[in-house]
Amino acid sequence: MTALTFTLKAETKQRVDVSPLTPDRLADRPANDIGAELLQCGNRQIRADELFSIEGQNSDCLIFRGSSKLDYIGKGMSRGEIRVEGDAGSYLGMHLKGGRIVVNGNVDAYAACEMKNGEILIRGNAGDFLGACLPGNKKGMAGGVVIVKGNAGDRVGDHLRRGAILIEGDAGCYLGSRMTAGTIAVLGKVGDHLGYAMNRGTVLLAQMPPSIPSTFNDCGAHTLGFIPLLLKGFRGLETRFSEMSDPLKRVRRYAGDMCGLGKGEILVAL
Amino acid sequence: MNINGVQIDATFAEAFPMRATRVIITAQNLKWAYHAAQAMTGFATSVIACGCEAGIERELDPSETPDGRPGISVLIFAMGGKGLAKQVETRAGQCVLTSPTSALFAGISEGEKIPLGKNLRFFGDGFQIAKRINGKRYWRVPVMDGEFLCEDTTCTVKAVGGGNFLILAESQPQALAACETAIEAMKKIPNVIMPFPGGVVRSGSKVGSKYKALSASTNDAFCPTLKGQTKTDLSPEIESVMEIVIDGLTDEDIKKAMRAGIEAACSLGAENGIRRISAGNYGGKLGPFLFHLQEIMA
Repeated sequence: MTALTFTLKAETKQRVDVSPLTPDRLADRPANDIGAELLQCGNRQIRADELFSIEGQNSDCLIFRGSSKLDYIGKGMSRGEIRVEGDAGSYLGMHLKGGRIVVNGNVDAYAACEMKNGEILIRGNAGDFLGACLPGNKKGMAGGVVIVKGNAGDRVGDHLRRGAILIEGDAGCYLGSRMTAGTIAVLGKVGDHLGYAMNRGTVLLAQMPPSIPSTFNDCGAHTLGFIPLLLKGFRGLETRFSEMSDPLKRVRRYAGDMCGLGKGEILVAL
Repeated sequence: MNINGVQIDATFAEAFPMRATRVIITAQNLKWAYHAAQAMTGFATSVIACGCEAGIERELDPSETPDGRPGISVLIFAMGGKGLAKQVETRAGQCVLTSPTSALFAGISEGEKIPLGKNLRFFGDGFQIAKRINGKRYWRVPVMDGEFLCEDTTCTVKAVGGGNFLILAESQPQALAACETAIEAMKKIPNVIMPFPGGVVRSGSKVGSKYKALSASTNDAFCPTLKGQTKTDLSPEIESVMEIVIDGLTDEDIKKAMRAGIEAACSLGAENGIRRISAGNYGGKLGPFLFHLQEIMA
């Protein structure tokens, strides 16, 4: 069976909520039923087959050929795979419970927002608030792995609780702000206000940032046994981190944010 | 049955159900992994007084360990899950946590979970850090040499304890040489340990005693110095008897180990003073696992 493919017929002026189109919700449904699914588009509801040409049968593997206006791709999905050929909108993989989402282009803000488990691979760049929580909420991403091959925006991992965010490019300002636990690793550069109000958790950096916040204290250089174990855990995923146990083995440890609980850590490879 | 001039008695070893777990100890090098493993498996020859039976299963190559360092796998057996949990935690805390550069991981991932680092983490006094990696929880406990990395839990499985065989020889050195040869062969078998010193017991016991306070006492029928004093099981030429006790994760593992050990002991043959192979049992009343020597060697 070929993957169930949604190809946008024409660029939409309004953003589209495609959250009803997940492997969980489309399982065992006939083609005409899937086409009749109503999608919120701006202030209107439009049938899926009006927006997309729909091909294929395998509802365990969905493909979106669309635009950066498709929001909530894979929201709450618990199994299967979604592939996005091109860019994706905001809230990609929000509340994801399992399965895998692969985006070949860029994604907008709030990707992996309040994600619980599963895997998201973004081959382009990610917007702000990657792996964060919705405004006003206090529990961000709580499990799973997010891999960004490009750069990520500001506030990555805001209120992160568990899981790993692996960024192979650069990350913006306020990386790991208000983190409760979990791991963020960055191979490139990071912006200002790193670990702002961080309570616990680990930020692992391959490069020394321009400055370490004054509310983080130097704990010295160490060879930490858990780092090879952590990176070995990413084997089988499409990430350079799984092969980096040697360059990232020895680190300088900074503990903070001392304005708060102060049990978070920034580890910088030496 | 006779192998290389060695008589295999038509008897059986009697074993009983236990609970077991495997833990993996890693360290900066094998020397320090051994220090921790030997401490953890110390004073663990018999559940009767030690609370558990434990031993080193084998060395692990860095490619086989979770953190990519040299390691040792250790098997620990006890009569029940509760007792096992207590022994594992106490020994992990006193023998592995304290050992320089060590890390401790579960070696069995399916079965009933018992704490490994779950409570040891409190030694970190609030500075401990949890990490969930591939669905498993680990603890990073700050210690004076760096960090003690420990998996949160390990799993226990049903196991078998008390498999055994006796080597009867014409002299003490010959009995010991046969035991050493047998142990070398048995160490190659996975999932088993021989918990006694060097894998060998010289003080096999029988159930009961003339002293009411004792539940077990010397196996006088196999004591060579009592041949003329008690109802002996030894012929005149036997001067020394030694026992090898085996605990295994399954009865099949014990059978494999017994076969390897008996084969190795018999390879020395009658010309080296090895005369008989027998086994310890309690008439089949104590344990549900019976290992008939002649069946195993058939």
